[in-house]
Amino acid sequence: MPDSCHHCNEFSRASFVRRGAAEAGRGLPAIEAGMPLPAGTGLDRRTFVTRTFGLALSVYGLGKLGLFDEGIARAASGPAQPVLVSVFLPGGTDSLSVLYPGNDSTYRRLRPSLKLDPAAGQVFTEDTRLYWHPKLAPLATLHGEGKVSVMPAVGYTHPDQSHFTSRHFWEVGATDARLVSGWMGRYLDHAGAMDNPLQGLSLDSQLQPSIASTKVPVAALWAPEDYSFYAPGVWGQVENRMLETIGSLGARRRDPFLNQAAAATAQSDRLRRQLAPFAQGNGNGYGSPVTYPDGDFPHQLAGLAAMLAAGLPLRCVAVSAPGEYDTHSDQPNALADGLDTTAQSLFAFQRDLEARGLAGRVLTLVWSEFGRRAEENGSNGTDHGAAGTAFLIGTRARGQMIGEFPGVTRLDDDGNLVATSDFRGIYSSLLEQWFNQDAGAVIPGAGSFARTQLLK
Amino acid sequence: MAAPVYRGHFGKPQAERLLWRAGFGPRPGEAERLARLGLHGAVHKLTNPGRERLRGPKPHDDDGHPLAPFDAWGHDQLWWLDRMVRTSRPLVERMTLVWHDWFATSEDVSNARLMIRQNQLFRKHALGSFSTLLQDVTKDPAMLLWLSGTDNTKDSPNENYGRELMELFTIGADRGGYTERDVREQARALTGWRNDWNDNLGAVNFRFDKRRHDPGVKKIFGKRGHFDWKDSCRLCVHHRLHPSFFVTKMWSYFIPTPPPKGTQLALQRLYVHHGYDVKPVVAAILKHPALYTGPRMVKNPAVYTAGLLRGMRRGIDTLAWTWLMQLAGMSLFYPPNVAGWDDTRWLDTATYHARWEIASRAIRPHVLDSDKAKLPANATKLIRNAEHLLGSPTVTAQTHAALKHFVKVALADADQHWKRTSYPALIENALRQLLAASPDLLTS
Repeated sequence: MPDSCHHCNEFSRASFVRRGAAEAGRGLPAIEAGMPLPAGTGLDRRTFVTRTFGLALSVYGLGKLGLFDEGIARAASGPAQPVLVSVFLPGGTDSLSVLYPGNDSTYRRLRPSLKLDPAAGQVFTEDTRLYWHPKLAPLATLHGEGKVSVMPAVGYTHPDQSHFTSRHFWEVGATDARLVSGWMGRYLDHAGAMDNPLQGLSLDSQLQPSIASTKVPVAALWAPEDYSFYAPGVWGQVENRMLETIGSLGARRRDPFLNQAAAATAQSDRLRRQLAPFAQGNGNGYGSPVTYPDGDFPHQLAGLAAMLAAGLPLRCVAVSAPGEYDTHSDQPNALADGLDTTAQSLFAFQRDLEARGLAGRVLTLVWSEFGRRAEENGSNGTDHGAAGTAFLIGTRARGQMIGEFPGVTRLDDDGNLVATSDFRGIYSSLLEQWFNQDAGAVIPGAGSFARTQLLK
Repeated sequence: MAAPVYRGHFGKPQAERLLWRAGFGPRPGEAERLARLGLHGAVHKLTNPGRERLRGPKPHDDDGHPLAPFDAWGHDQLWWLDRMVRTSRPLVERMTLVWHDWFATSEDVSNARLMIRQNQLFRKHALGSFSTLLQDVTKDPAMLLWLSGTDNTKDSPNENYGRELMELFTIGADRGGYTERDVREQARALTGWRNDWNDNLGAVNFRFDKRRHDPGVKKIFGKRGHFDWKDSCRLCVHHRLHPSFFVTKMWSYFIPTPPPKGTQLALQRLYVHHGYDVKPVVAAILKHPALYTGPRMVKNPAVYTAGLLRGMRRGIDTLAWTWLMQLAGMSLFYPPNVAGWDDTRWLDTATYHARWEIASRAIRPHVLDSDKAKLPANATKLIRNAEHLLGSPTVTAQTHAALKHFVKVALADADQHWKRTSYPALIENALRQLLAASPDLLTS
């Protein structure tokens, strides 16, 4: 993995790409004419769905509703489902900077150049040895309101220090390199529907592995307003016929990889119909009641809140946080920049959900594949470690620490922080308490992991 | 025992598949010409292509200016895409892409100049010796920056490269091939590289500095010695688990299902017998029955994009490919991480949408004006026109039937005179889009 200091480059690049996409969408003929902008415009959930029906009828115009339309309608008009948002901090976030033992002499000795000053951050009220990273002040505020449960040292036994292996473990919900479905994907395989790709949503340019399912369809999209299908020199009735044909190209094939392409085609076609209302706007249709910071991640969270407000049937959502956390060198700046945007965005998202009356339905789990070595490495950075920090954010979150801070005097054989909570136990508790789902059917060996009361 | 060789008919569909897997798809007529050489002749031609010649229109940006790959944002990616489109050595270019994924390095921490220098290295060693390639990559400036090689010193070892060298480049994780102790010892062996900084050029003057190298005894894979970076590479290539890692990984770039056990072992022997040379292994994979009789493979976005352009004889004339390929999940010179791209996850709802947009851009210069174009209201002819524009790819019966049905219902909508004259052109435009983004063209 790279060392740090290129997040700025990454960021401007991603913005450029988004501009490009926006240009591609600008001035295109309205594919589904006459649709209202639903998000945050005072429509209630049911009227939105009704209008979605109207849309489907007007586009397909044949007086028959596909399986999908019934599926979305059923999913969207049923009781509002709880939603879990997974936010991944890529690269292995340094837990000893996220919540740092500012006055600990061992910490100060292990981190001669990286140590943070107790005066710089707010004290962590549940364990006053610890201080919040200065850029995490927004999370400290939410914690003060009882909306953040902190896991100061979460991990698993026999920690793996490979980015890919450890991230994979977290994504599949087991320390099993061969599992190919994500833990949220497997939950959806049990509890989801065959006709609703939005139930598992990656806010990304491609599918996040934690959402990968084996049976039910799931979706990936960068932002809801980007999802329209335009072809040069095609309009009117012919265009509608062309859009209908995408679905028939997606019909099942015998060849497994041709079929993979066909399945992606079919799922894209379903998603296109679900998101048709957003395809009209260009990000201004969110009607966000709060101000988000600039950037891709906050834009994606704003879009997510708008989709939830519009009644789209989402259950599991995965997104990557901005920033580069694999801080082998130049750690202070890289880490501060990433944490800054991430914390501000999560704060705005929480306030947005509160303002829209959705906060009781949404929990957000923030995690990274591991923490970093307790001792700094001499390049003004830290190497791969073991236990890391995670947060569970939401109005319904219990707001109490899960597992204690193990301290830096007793490290493992590799000089890393020892885990005091297990991510598989957290997942199991979430499945049982948030989704009312038997964890044993989703997490291998679920019975052997301690449960934690996660909700108020 | 040698790996099996395909003995079935080698016609246009087989040559077409070979050109997609071992390159970037056929130009019009190319598959037919290659088929005439037979399987062995075709593979020989791909693996011994002679000097590179670039054919077709020269690349330029949207304003008609020549590309500035070192200076202008995105032009480095276009520079490479142009090679893919115009090259006379498709396999060499495809192997360059394989090595870029294998030794995935990102421009995020360096610059276009260093990335293109590394790219030329991959091209030079495309079908050469893996040992030599590994050594050259280990001291390559873009790689030294990417995996902290120049941060790795005697006084403060940095494990970044040492770990990935074994995990991703030569041996593989979770196979019992090495321990955390080996990671730390490799890091010590790899110490000594440094560079200077120049305000205008960035990182310059990469070199080995003895004073930064840890000369002490290291213990790697149970062997002791005063190992340095060359030993580091040598120990990895000679590791008992390297040939199996190499063969499995190389195979996966060409064939989507794992090799049969006998083939796996035969290719490992071939690789070791030829002193870790790449070409014999690749040639054997390209002749293997699994490539011709096994399932199709999803094209990555570079292959898909370059292939559409080759099929239409279109050169690079817009920067759009840069951001469209990013939306499709593949920015050349910006792999997502050091493990490269995940070939099992190219297609989902977001990346399918991006492929649709790539197709739409690719056909845009040929868009027909429905007020002027005179086309027959005949499904077979309209579909043949669309196929011809895209280089006459082989299309499955199922896709053909879906397109035919589309034409039928769309023509049936033409209930007024103006519709009867203009719809055939609209339908033709739509057919090109649907065909270019069809499951058939997303796979090979």
